[in-house]
Amino acid sequence: MSDDDTVTVAHGAGTGKTRAFLEDSVVSRFAQNGAGDDLAVGLDALDDGAVHEIDDRSVVVTTDSHVVSPLSFPGGDIGRLAVAGTVNDLAVMGATEPLSLTCSLIVEAGTSVELLEDILDSMEATCEAAGCAITTGDTKVMGSGEVDGVVINTTGVGVIPQGAHVPDAGLSPGDKLVLSGAVGDHGITLLAEREGFDIDGELRSDVAPVNDAVAAALDAGTITAMKDPTRGGLATALNEMATKGAAGIVVDEPAVPVHDAVSAAGELLGIDPFDVANEGEVVFGVDAADADAVVDALQATSVGADAAVIGEVTDEHTGRVVLDTGFGRRYLSEPEGEQLPRIC
Amino acid sequence: MTTSEPVASDAGDGGAADLQFRDPEVADELADDIAAQMERIDEPVEIMHVCGSHEQVIAKFGLRSMLPDALSVTMGPGCPVCVTNMPEVDEAVALAEAGKTVATYGDMFRVPGTVKSLADAKAEGASVEVVYSASEAVELAETNPDEDVVFFATGFETTAAPTAAVLQADPPENFSVLSAHKYVPPAMEVVAEMPETDVDAFLAAGHAATITGYGLFEEFVDEYDLPVVVGGFEPLDVLYGVRRILEFIEAGEGGLDNAYPRCVSREGNEAAMAAIDDVFTLTSGEWRGIAEIPDANFVLREAYADHSARAQFDIDAVDGAGDPLTEQCICGDIMAGTASPEGCELFGEECTPSNPVGACMVSDEGTCKIWHEYGGEPDL
Repeated sequence: MSDDDTVTVAHGAGTGKTRAFLEDSVVSRFAQNGAGDDLAVGLDALDDGAVHEIDDRSVVVTTDSHVVSPLSFPGGDIGRLAVAGTVNDLAVMGATEPLSLTCSLIVEAGTSVELLEDILDSMEATCEAAGCAITTGDTKVMGSGEVDGVVINTTGVGVIPQGAHVPDAGLSPGDKLVLSGAVGDHGITLLAEREGFDIDGELRSDVAPVNDAVAAALDAGTITAMKDPTRGGLATALNEMATKGAAGIVVDEPAVPVHDAVSAAGELLGIDPFDVANEGEVVFGVDAADADAVVDALQATSVGADAAVIGEVTDEHTGRVVLDTGFGRRYLSEPEGEQLPRIC
Repeated sequence: MTTSEPVASDAGDGGAADLQFRDPEVADELADDIAAQMERIDEPVEIMHVCGSHEQVIAKFGLRSMLPDALSVTMGPGCPVCVTNMPEVDEAVALAEAGKTVATYGDMFRVPGTVKSLADAKAEGASVEVVYSASEAVELAETNPDEDVVFFATGFETTAAPTAAVLQADPPENFSVLSAHKYVPPAMEVVAEMPETDVDAFLAAGHAATITGYGLFEEFVDEYDLPVVVGGFEPLDVLYGVRRILEFIEAGEGGLDNAYPRCVSREGNEAAMAAIDDVFTLTSGEWRGIAEIPDANFVLREAYADHSARAQFDIDAVDGAGDPLTEQCICGDIMAGTASPEGCELFGEECTPSNPVGACMVSDEGTCKIWHEYGGEPDL
């Protein structure tokens, strides 16, 4: 049996193989299937959510299932991840005030009630931080061994003025790229946790709602494109933005914030912090004139202390990301396949 | 003979980016020196390095884009997994299919043989284990006394030494070694003599030299009158090594320098070399896609026949047709330094890290895998 006959973890890695699967098997079936004229951003855009234009408003919808292992890790747990993940997908579409969040719990029989309560406490606290409410949901219990621990799906809905959504495809030459904070924390923390080592206890997932930070950035300047660099990391997010925006990106590697512990652990593990998931970061395309103002605004928020301009958009290298390493230049490619399954 | 190494301008606050050998300012100074040297030399120069770790650092830090167009730094036969010959992989696959437990390094696991890789054999039910060291393979034999554990041993001197050490330490009876260990210096001679190569100098691999000592290259330098500089694996090490090589070329002479004295001595690790010499002898053999190379394959000496898989077992050669795409793979030419991955029509199309045709796309030390990850030799 070849790789093509079975689903592999690479199909869910958020990189090339995932996109190929989505385009060949999902988008082709559902893209325009019954969607009305009101659909401004649909499945075929492969963006972070869908946008319907209704009257003078836009309704943003997004959904995400969370399957992290271990369920609790330094800096967060699956509950915080499940709320932040969906709030953040809404936020990077431009909907920073979620109207409604659903929660679908799938629990393995035998899971301790105390663990479940802890996860729900964490969801409650994260909802409070994000200023959103869970308004409907579903709970299923599966037999022991039929699902691993707890799986949580959340769906989010946001309503914004019509046309106010920000696609991930909007980059144009001259734009600056702004990153809200250090990259690699979530993925490297999860991997180090699984491998059983820590660097002086300094590794912590960045999982957090970023809707306030996105709102601050939108207030401070013209944002041309937004994306949260989750699975596949910063490298995948930037490559997608370059491809979809038909633009080239040049990244100044020394300007990209990476915490020392993450960089050290990454060297030890042979994993590039640019290639792994973040759960509390946003990459912005920003009109060059507004870049400093957006960085200042982000730095004033709870998640944006390390915000920085990390590069710019050019009319060369269309669809590619060039990394200026501080020594020379090379392409920044997307990671292939799945380096770290089940991290978000 | 001098020894020297690069020195950073000042140390930063201790983060990984401030490592002494990753100072971009010093790198710029070295690049300026190299540009000036090339102006004075005023003709194309080709430097060959023989190590996947050198290719990694060159590609990852984008060092080629810092060098003048007339200066090329090309990877030669420096990936032990890549030069492991297909019949050697076939032997390991045959042993696995005959019911032995085959232990090997992770890099070797997916390297295609004529018909299948060890990974394919495992998927079909054979017992194949990935190990991180020779001693882990011995532990596997100790904990599974009823199984024959065959260590498919690959690599240059850096891994040949630990293989030798476990064989000297009286391993259990059910442990044997299928050696595909290789020895680089004869391959450098073959490549230097190939009519289609035009190598002006070698940047030699620092970690292999920690075992062999740099003195090993004295004979080569005497015979070929080419510059050979032993280099380390940080970006400044490579740029420094290149500058040192160009000094020799500018002076119009061959010569040997150790640009990695923090790790490498003239004599090397004499205990490790003695162990290698005790356990192995050199024989000629085919390096995948490159050539038959004299005295470049390490095979077990007669005294260790009890632990030689080739002496202990009848190994049925695999028959069957290979993947037709393999015919188009130019891995051998790439390893010989006469072609680049971008000259291969399979590169990035039919051949990718998740679906490799040749060994160069499998190993982390392979040129194709590295170029696929970092974009190769872009004019940026």
